[in-house]
Amino acid sequence: MRVEVRFSGFGGQGIVTAGIILARAASIHDGKQAVQTQSYGPEARGGASRSEVIISDEEILYPKVLRPDIFVVMSGQAMQKYLRDLKKGGVVIYDSSLIKTPPAKGRPYPVPATLLAKREIGKTIVANIILLGALTTITGVVSKQAMENAVLESVPKGTEEMNKKALHIGFAEGERLVKEK
Amino acid sequence: MSHMQGVRFLQGNIACAEGAIAAGCRFFAGYPITPSTEVAEWMAQRLPKVGGVFIQMEDEIGSISAIIGARWAGVKAMTATSGPGFSLMMENVGFAAMTETPIVIVNVQRGGPSTGQPTMPASGDVMQSRYGSHGDYAVIALSPNSVQEMFDLTVEAFNLSERYRVPTFLMADEIVGHMREKVVLPEKVETFTAPLSRKGTKYYFKPDPKTLVPKMQVFGRGYNVHVTGLTHDERGYPATNDAKVHFRLVRRLVEKIERNADKIIKVEEHHLEDAEVVLIAYGAVSRSALAAVRELRRRGVKAGLLRLITLFPFPERLISRLARRAKLVVLEMNLGQMLREVERCAKRRVHFLPKIGGELHTPQEIVRFVEALK
Repeated sequence: MRVEVRFSGFGGQGIVTAGIILARAASIHDGKQAVQTQSYGPEARGGASRSEVIISDEEILYPKVLRPDIFVVMSGQAMQKYLRDLKKGGVVIYDSSLIKTPPAKGRPYPVPATLLAKREIGKTIVANIILLGALTTITGVVSKQAMENAVLESVPKGTEEMNKKALHIGFAEGERLVKEK
Repeated sequence: MSHMQGVRFLQGNIACAEGAIAAGCRFFAGYPITPSTEVAEWMAQRLPKVGGVFIQMEDEIGSISAIIGARWAGVKAMTATSGPGFSLMMENVGFAAMTETPIVIVNVQRGGPSTGQPTMPASGDVMQSRYGSHGDYAVIALSPNSVQEMFDLTVEAFNLSERYRVPTFLMADEIVGHMREKVVLPEKVETFTAPLSRKGTKYYFKPDPKTLVPKMQVFGRGYNVHVTGLTHDERGYPATNDAKVHFRLVRRLVEKIERNADKIIKVEEHHLEDAEVVLIAYGAVSRSALAAVRELRRRGVKAGLLRLITLFPFPERLISRLARRAKLVVLEMNLGQMLREVERCAKRRVHFLPKIGGELHTPQEIVRFVEALK
């Protein structure tokens, strides 16, 4: 099955990194196929950032995301711009500490990632990792172990513990949201 | 260990740079340009660690000049660029062809003409790779469609350039350059280096009678060879007013590729055996084309795909054969370039689905186009 994931937000929130980590988890650690692409144009410089991942059990031919099944979003601007592309019944995981209005489409999962990152870790920079944790337990598109391995090998040396803690906060948030539904 | 090995998750441009290192490239001269810049960035980090040299040049004219010089100093060399830089390199592409210098030029194509669309994919430079410089000559051009092939075909480009002493192009596009995929990098790759001639011979440019390729020399090692872009005889001496010498030299530059075309050309064939419609595509578009062929087959349409891995030399006989029994459909990210090559060989009407602007053909678009052909 082909699953299309789009991450979007502002430059500096780790949107591209999140996409690469997810694709690495799927392809290197879960033994699936994955392709990652990202936006490069002037839009990447103007603040908006976009990164996309396709995960599949089979060979991935067409490498671009057209209708995401999963949309991870970290800014209101990105929500406005890309929500319309979401596949019917798709999952929207959004940073509810930055986006106050829930999405008008899809299945919404509010995760106050930036707030949690600041309160629990003292650094907002790991908000993207919290969202990756939530994505893992909400969608099951990759295993927790694969995600943890991919996070640990992708983050700068010396920040592993902090990122691992952030990831587990995300796992728990996702599990809580799934239980609530 | 010189190049990266094992299972990795890499960007296409970085896989290309690692392929170059695996092939023995130890000199890179370039000028950064989107969407090829990561090749230069990676070479700048990696080459000093494997005993190589990276130079950021003043422009692309300087870049190709420097790699030609490096190869005559005995070092395998590469540059990487995109459309505008590719145009600047054209004069010295001819110089490399005329002096039979093995070099590799990577073009991660973007939308043109001019500065066009720096961050968008295109295949608008493929004809330029074959005919961009002045005069008659031949080159080899390859077209990767995955991150794995950005590695594999870069290695292949070096080996072909060395075997035939010819400038060789890796004609990538923004999609394969920038996307990330899993790759498996072998511990060891097969490499070929142009054999050196003996010293003191008088006829440095006398070709091997079978391959038509002469042996190579290296400056500073006692070869008193004269290397010139002027028409030269087999000693390497200018003979610019001699029609016979010019004919013999230039004819050989073209023929050494034509005569060896069957050994050089690589294609990928999918469902051609019983195909009534054959799609012809290369680069990123060939991925969509294969997805389209599978969908068409599910719908009962006997479709097949001929994927060009080698763009030049062109698989003329194969296209002629296919044209006799199937409808041909060319798909490319330009307004019709390889289309003309296909038409030349098919000698019949060839259907064409172009796409420019920066978006890849979707499989659905191709399916609709083929279904509407009836």
